[in-house]
Amino acid sequence: MNPFIFRTRINQIELLGKRAKNLEELLIEIKQISSASIYHHTHRFLEQHIFFSPEHPNDFSYWITTSLGLKQLGEIIASVEMFEFKDIELLRNKFVEIIQKYLLDNSSLRNCIPGEEFHFMSSKMFILSTPFQAHNLEDFLNCLKKITIHSFYFHMFEAKMRLQKGENDFSRWLKDNGFRQLGEQISYLDPYTHTLEGLRKKIINLIENYQKR
Amino acid sequence: MKLIKDYSQIVGKEIIDELYLVADKLKGKKIQNINSTLSGGGVAEILSRMIPLMKDLGLDVGWDVLDADNKFFEITKKIHNALHGLGVDINEEEYDYFLQVNKANKDKILDQSDIVYIHDPQPIALIDQDRDQGKKWLWRCHVDFSKPKENVWEFLKAFIKKYQAAVFSAPAFARFLDCRQILISPSIDPLSDKNRNLEKREIDFVLEKYGIDPDKPIITQISRFDHLKDPLGVIESYRLVKKYIDCQLILAGGGASDDPQTAEVLKEAENLASADKDIFVLHLPSQSNLEINALQRASTVILQKSLKEGFGLTVCEALWKQKPVIASAVGGIPLQIAHKYSGILTYTTEGTAYWIKQLIQEPEYAKRLGDHGKKHVANNFLITRQIQDYLLLFLSLYNKSDIVDLG
Repeated sequence: MNPFIFRTRINQIELLGKRAKNLEELLIEIKQISSASIYHHTHRFLEQHIFFSPEHPNDFSYWITTSLGLKQLGEIIASVEMFEFKDIELLRNKFVEIIQKYLLDNSSLRNCIPGEEFHFMSSKMFILSTPFQAHNLEDFLNCLKKITIHSFYFHMFEAKMRLQKGENDFSRWLKDNGFRQLGEQISYLDPYTHTLEGLRKKIINLIENYQKR
Repeated sequence: MKLIKDYSQIVGKEIIDELYLVADKLKGKKIQNINSTLSGGGVAEILSRMIPLMKDLGLDVGWDVLDADNKFFEITKKIHNALHGLGVDINEEEYDYFLQVNKANKDKILDQSDIVYIHDPQPIALIDQDRDQGKKWLWRCHVDFSKPKENVWEFLKAFIKKYQAAVFSAPAFARFLDCRQILISPSIDPLSDKNRNLEKREIDFVLEKYGIDPDKPIITQISRFDHLKDPLGVIESYRLVKKYIDCQLILAGGGASDDPQTAEVLKEAENLASADKDIFVLHLPSQSNLEINALQRASTVILQKSLKEGFGLTVCEALWKQKPVIASAVGGIPLQIAHKYSGILTYTTEGTAYWIKQLIQEPEYAKRLGDHGKKHVANNFLITRQIQDYLLLFLSLYNKSDIVDLG
């Protein structure tokens, strides 16, 4: 059995100096900003609110709803099934498609009030090794309880979409090491509909129940 | 003096271990911080807290201050006001003097550091890429930069663009610049006198000192007496609440008493409050951190009804004490409060009054807001997070790609 080496990552937030005051400007920037920026604006909330789920799961829907007052569009953007996307470019295309359609159907759109512009940001990811290593399922469970939320986030979210592995690291390791069913159970969990701590608890429960069988 | 390991009890040992892991990657790098004063003001306060902790992490980090006279500081005060959007007149002779002082400091102040971290506009012109080959330069802007006056912005921009990166406290401060721009929010120190846990007797002592009734709901705003903090609007909101709920209002804060605006606003607040024994207008000296802590901890609801705000760190201080906070949706406040999850964001005097009544009468809901608020601050706005951001900032000077594997 290959050991699971727990790693962690820390983000540095970069300001891109680009802003939008209405939906048209938002669309222009969404089309051309870096994929790291799209990723940042759709995942930032997860780590900022690790114990509870805010109403808007991404910056775009939050701004469209609260600063532009476009509640219907905000809800559509908020409801995009992030879990289905393995690639940031596909996610970008989805947002572009939704906003373009909305702009075609709605001609008179207003600017946000001054001071509430959307500011585009991005993030630079620094990956580090942690002292935690698992050589069997019991080790894995113990480590899962101890690692920081940033390490947990790295293996659940960054691995799949930002590092383009197509799947979270936990499921892959479990499947590769004889725990196929457990690995699949974890990969079916939609991590975007849980808080990070809630998701960690759920995975811990799945493993503990598996051990009791 | 606090050690970095003292913060384990608050943020967890794992977070401190991560700081050590990152700090280890900066071994061999010497970092020099430069600002304009060793004491007084927010920049000196945060540096005096952070630098010992960074040294404790094993970093070779130093702190030096500009050697300058009053004439220089009068000019930099004008620059500061212009960055806040005030119309000020700075003439050629003053710009020349500003540059002269910076130039005269170059030989005296710059050491053999690998990274020079310049804080605020005063020492901004120390940068000299031609002379100091190999040094990395960072500029940290601690002031509200949302609407700088064009002429002063153009003057500063000529220097900023020579830096490897500029660091701002809020997204709205970002500009079109040739250098990278990094977001680093301010932070609070949970072990400082202003934020540490207090014994009940310490809180009771302060309430008794000012004659505040601990058994009657207390609404509090902590801020300097300044029109932009809207203390008169706070009194108005309180009066709307007082019609239905017997409560008390504390308006407490500092501000230099010889500042004409502070004196004027303080007097207006005192006049409005004079007929009501349940309003406490407390003009506190700048060292009153323990008293502010006690007043916040004794409060039922805390307000920050600012009309304009840079970051508004008093919101974090209140949330850290698990208090329900009602604050204006201005400046950096929405970064600290998610409306109806970790506090309440309002836009008007009437809206503020409405939510005060709700929170006093629904203590369970108010408690939930406070609980969420504390967790949000613990996760995002403590000094350990700011230290981590600084370490990443230094590391990013040597690693260009979006994803950096530090091994």
